[in-house]
Amino acid sequence: MFRNQYDTDVTTWSPAGRLFQVEYAMEAVKQGSAAIGLRSKTHVVLASVNKANSELSSHQKKIFKIDDHIGIAIAGLTADGRVLSRYLRSECINYNFTYESPLPVGRLVVQLADKAQVCTQRSWKRPYGVGLLVAGLDESGAHLYYNCPSGNYFEYQAFAIGSRSQAAKTYLERKFETFMSSTREDLIKDALSAIKETLQGEKLTSSICTVAVVGVGEPFHIMDQKTIQEVIESLELKEDETVDQGAAMQEDRSPEAAPMDI
Amino acid sequence: MNSIDATIAEKGLMSSEMGSERTLYPYVTGTSVIGIKYKDGILMAADMGGSYGSTLRYKSVERLKPIGKHSLIGASGEISDFQEILRYLDELILYDNMWDDGNSLGPKEVHNYLTRVMYNRRNKFNPLWNSLVLGGVKNGQKYLGTVSMIGVHFEDNHIATGFGNHLARPILRKEWHENLSFEDGVKLLEKCMRVLLYRDRSAVNKLQIAKITEEGVTISQPYSLKTFWGFSAFQNPTKGAEGSW
Repeated sequence: MFRNQYDTDVTTWSPAGRLFQVEYAMEAVKQGSAAIGLRSKTHVVLASVNKANSELSSHQKKIFKIDDHIGIAIAGLTADGRVLSRYLRSECINYNFTYESPLPVGRLVVQLADKAQVCTQRSWKRPYGVGLLVAGLDESGAHLYYNCPSGNYFEYQAFAIGSRSQAAKTYLERKFETFMSSTREDLIKDALSAIKETLQGEKLTSSICTVAVVGVGEPFHIMDQKTIQEVIESLELKEDETVDQGAAMQEDRSPEAAPMDI
Repeated sequence: MNSIDATIAEKGLMSSEMGSERTLYPYVTGTSVIGIKYKDGILMAADMGGSYGSTLRYKSVERLKPIGKHSLIGASGEISDFQEILRYLDELILYDNMWDDGNSLGPKEVHNYLTRVMYNRRNKFNPLWNSLVLGGVKNGQKYLGTVSMIGVHFEDNHIATGFGNHLARPILRKEWHENLSFEDGVKLLEKCMRVLLYRDRSAVNKLQIAKITEEGVTISQPYSLKTFWGFSAFQNPTKGAEGSW
């Protein structure tokens, strides 16, 4: 596209009124592997797809605990994500020290957004290349927010970011009206189903995804692989039940990822 | 040796370029504050005296003030420092309201904020010369705590500062119980305030009682306690004393 003239500087507007550097930063988010979040009245679930550089390396960490009541999932430049999560943790712990009370998520999100906005208005800075799904609990209930590199933030019932997130969004759009009154277990199942959509046929196992939960009376934590595998299997059981009624149930208990022949 | 130490100290912790500027003594002081939890929230009592040393100089000093929607503060000690604290709290509540997001600072948060302020000033050897009582109700939870000028802080079912610690707390320990009614609570506070009036020389007979519940804060109009001085021992007090006739 002919937009190269105005995209060198973050502080240069294009004639159409766009800041291309900020838009390019949002492209970086789309390149990262998928992360999704959904919430009910009392719980918020975050899930992400773990992509490893090669079979030899470890997975990228995409979900971070910020405080007992807040956690984030990132997509995009993981290094930027790490730096921002350090900032968020710092803000939470400082607030807690002064007020002996957890920092309300809504306020943390605004502080983060303002920090991101600064980088869109200084010639010597660049926007953060990472999108964050912030899941947290405060006095007014469970919340899920999405923070953009542009400095915008929105509250969501459910959202997906990263590559092939559109498939997950379509799934979530179908089911989101039920989320507010979902149980914790149903929320996790829906999160895994949404992740499954982004895999486009690759087999869903607990080794390629991470799931984290925060809820009333439940501090933010990443769920262990075994529990996730069990939920995945119960999902498959349900699927197969509805797919071949009457036929023998197929139970695939192998934990290794086996790509389908397509 | 002293002069050398002084020159080093001047540039150091305890003074500014212009010479030492830190709190050394209080000047206009308020005496005890008492606070108790009762059925619907918190009750606090304080008299309206501002003493200038041993002179009972000011007799309409309001030492109980509402803070935000959920808290009530009472202060004893230096009145000007209390006014400073009220300015800090005003700013704190203002910024909290400016978020306009449905979240608000409750009594626990305000108490901890004050603890940090008092302790930090103490560390700089420039304390705010107050003992504060912070009470409030938020989401049905009652909270009552205190912070001293050196940053000592704790919560309890009944709190007293100054002379109240020695005269009122024994009464409260004996007679306070869970779920006091409003009338019983006021009676209990008045009992304590009466003892303080008799025995604390910086007490004045003009007090206010403040109440905070989920609905909000009410601070009563000033009133006086009835006292009784007609004891037979006060008739001819020196009769039979050593060296008298």
